[in-house]
Amino acid sequence: MASLIARIKPDDFPILVASGFILVILLAGTGYTLATLGTMPLLTPNYLLTQLQTGAFLGIVAAGMMTVILLGHIDLSVPWTMTAAAMMASTIGGPAAIPTGLAIGLCVGLVNGLGVAYLRIPSMIFTLGVDSVMRGLMVAHTGGFAPQDTATDLMRYLAADKILGIPVAIFVWAAVSIVIAAILSRTAFGKSIYATGNREAAAYLSGIRTRWVIVGAFVISGLCAASAGILLAGYSNKAYQGMGNAYLLPAIAAVVIGGTHILGGRGRFIGTVVGVILIVLLNSVLSIMQMPEAGRQIIYGTVIITMLLVYGRTARVTS
Amino acid sequence: MSAISATPRGQRRASALETSFKQNRGFYGAIVLFALLYITYNFLHPRGFTTNVLIANANESVALAFVAMAQAVPVLAGGLDLSVGAVMTLAACIASELVNGDPLRMAFGCLVTLGAATAFGFVNGAIVVYGRLQPIIVTLATGAVAIGLALLIRPKPGGDVDLDLNWAATNSLRDLAETYHLFEDGEAAWLQPIAWVPVPLLILVLVALLVWVPFKRTVTGRTIYAIGSAEGAAYMSGLPINRAKLAAFTLAGFFAGCAGLYLAIQTGSGNADIPQAGAYTLNSIAAVVLGGVSLLGGIGSAIGALIGALILRSISFYFRILSIDPLLQPLVEGVVLLAAVSLGAVRALRVKNRLELFR
Repeated sequence: MASLIARIKPDDFPILVASGFILVILLAGTGYTLATLGTMPLLTPNYLLTQLQTGAFLGIVAAGMMTVILLGHIDLSVPWTMTAAAMMASTIGGPAAIPTGLAIGLCVGLVNGLGVAYLRIPSMIFTLGVDSVMRGLMVAHTGGFAPQDTATDLMRYLAADKILGIPVAIFVWAAVSIVIAAILSRTAFGKSIYATGNREAAAYLSGIRTRWVIVGAFVISGLCAASAGILLAGYSNKAYQGMGNAYLLPAIAAVVIGGTHILGGRGRFIGTVVGVILIVLLNSVLSIMQMPEAGRQIIYGTVIITMLLVYGRTARVTS
Repeated sequence: MSAISATPRGQRRASALETSFKQNRGFYGAIVLFALLYITYNFLHPRGFTTNVLIANANESVALAFVAMAQAVPVLAGGLDLSVGAVMTLAACIASELVNGDPLRMAFGCLVTLGAATAFGFVNGAIVVYGRLQPIIVTLATGAVAIGLALLIRPKPGGDVDLDLNWAATNSLRDLAETYHLFEDGEAAWLQPIAWVPVPLLILVLVALLVWVPFKRTVTGRTIYAIGSAEGAAYMSGLPINRAKLAAFTLAGFFAGCAGLYLAIQTGSGNADIPQAGAYTLNSIAAVVLGGVSLLGGIGSAIGALIGALILRSISFYFRILSIDPLLQPLVEGVVLLAAVSLGAVRALRVKNRLELFR
């Protein structure tokens, strides 16, 4: 047993613990429904697929957020990038809707990346500023109300339709995940992200163009946020003010719970997927238990801290 | 250093001022920016340079100023506190339950409010120090807990904060004296020169001078700066790192508690408003940066953050007097924030050795 634990790589440990916790959540929820209703709705494929569909939006945001966090940066512009992409996509409409939304994500990512990489402004404040500019643009564009335009058929198909009983959104999430996981583990750009996140000066001295790596990561994050916004607009059939606000903090939490180090340089992509599933299931089980908002927030915070206390502890600073 | 040098006293003082200016460029820049913004605002305002305008502005700025000071302390230690807005909300909800009845009870209520917020900050610090977790993610989680507690205390907006206290704390010194029949109902001769001073401003300045300034001069306070500059070096010098980090988060809790208490007294109620808490946290980060505090730690002060908060608020005051389309307001705010932080960063484009940029 001890040798088994010793053989687990340090990067895999968080993923195992988080997966174990997902089982605990499912069992606790099932225990609750067995005791109150006498049925086990949580373990039916239908329920789990619905959860994964809800998780797809968060999963795509978190995938982009992870590339930025791996650099030791953070992208706080996610909420209004999502909203802006969704609003512009539904305003333009037609076949150009989705490309327009993605173009917005690309532009926001470029601006973020250039500000952080070239002006060396801390990402925390620069992306925050970009977020409020996007919010300002959208308020000016819509007049502060929810726009009347509805999502296009393709957006609705991607977000809410099903293929062979499996929601299409899950396929989209899977596709985004595979692309990002491949970028991170198989390409020179992915390796440069890890290197730059570990120590930017060393990466620079070994010939990595770290500024372009940073710009690239922010562009990925912008594109992911935009895709999630477009999907969310398709799911609810329209874009509305503040639709992205509920995704920023859970995305950061999912990335960190999945074992990615918040200061950058360490973390596996599969961990982020596990983190997203954990957060979505936790929310869903708490709402099945009819937990009031107060209790939910407290449990949510406590779970994050507890999980991190198990495996997120950093070394003591001694030199 | 300067004590050993044989330069005459006056010259020494001048060079000390020069050094202070060089070391706190961001802080002095913030003061100049704020003075320009606020004086211009008063010129443009139809009833500018009057007590009423000052009081109204002060009332709107106090909560954000306290939250910005709360944010500044952990940032100086190289951390970040994403729970300040939530702790403020929690404190406001506690205060909305307790600050009423006879004076003794109200004082007790204020103490409990501040105590609870301070304790919450201490818990943040304890998790960061003994749990050895990153502050940003710890406070993200404890912020959720604080909002949860606030919702438990006050599921619906409301509360009854003492009306006399509300009136006294949100007006001028004369009104304060009149409310509580002090100093001949505020007509005492010695009070007249300062009778126009807004009470909220006075509270803010008093807390800053009586809490932050003495604290900064202690070993613990200096250690916060040392940790922000180079934690390893601070450890090797034998500075009390754990104590300083604990103190930084505890003080953040206290300042956030002041913000919540004032907000409850000002609005007469408490409201566990999650978007509002988030907005205050994000604005506090912006205020800290505008006030010349480095997000990397080690440079700046809570007073700077206070000025930063005043700058942020001054910008929003302009929207009322210049007939700017309210729909453009968020856009202008965002652009001003981006421009302000970018101006300070143009230096990065001129650095010759790129290695200097990495830290």
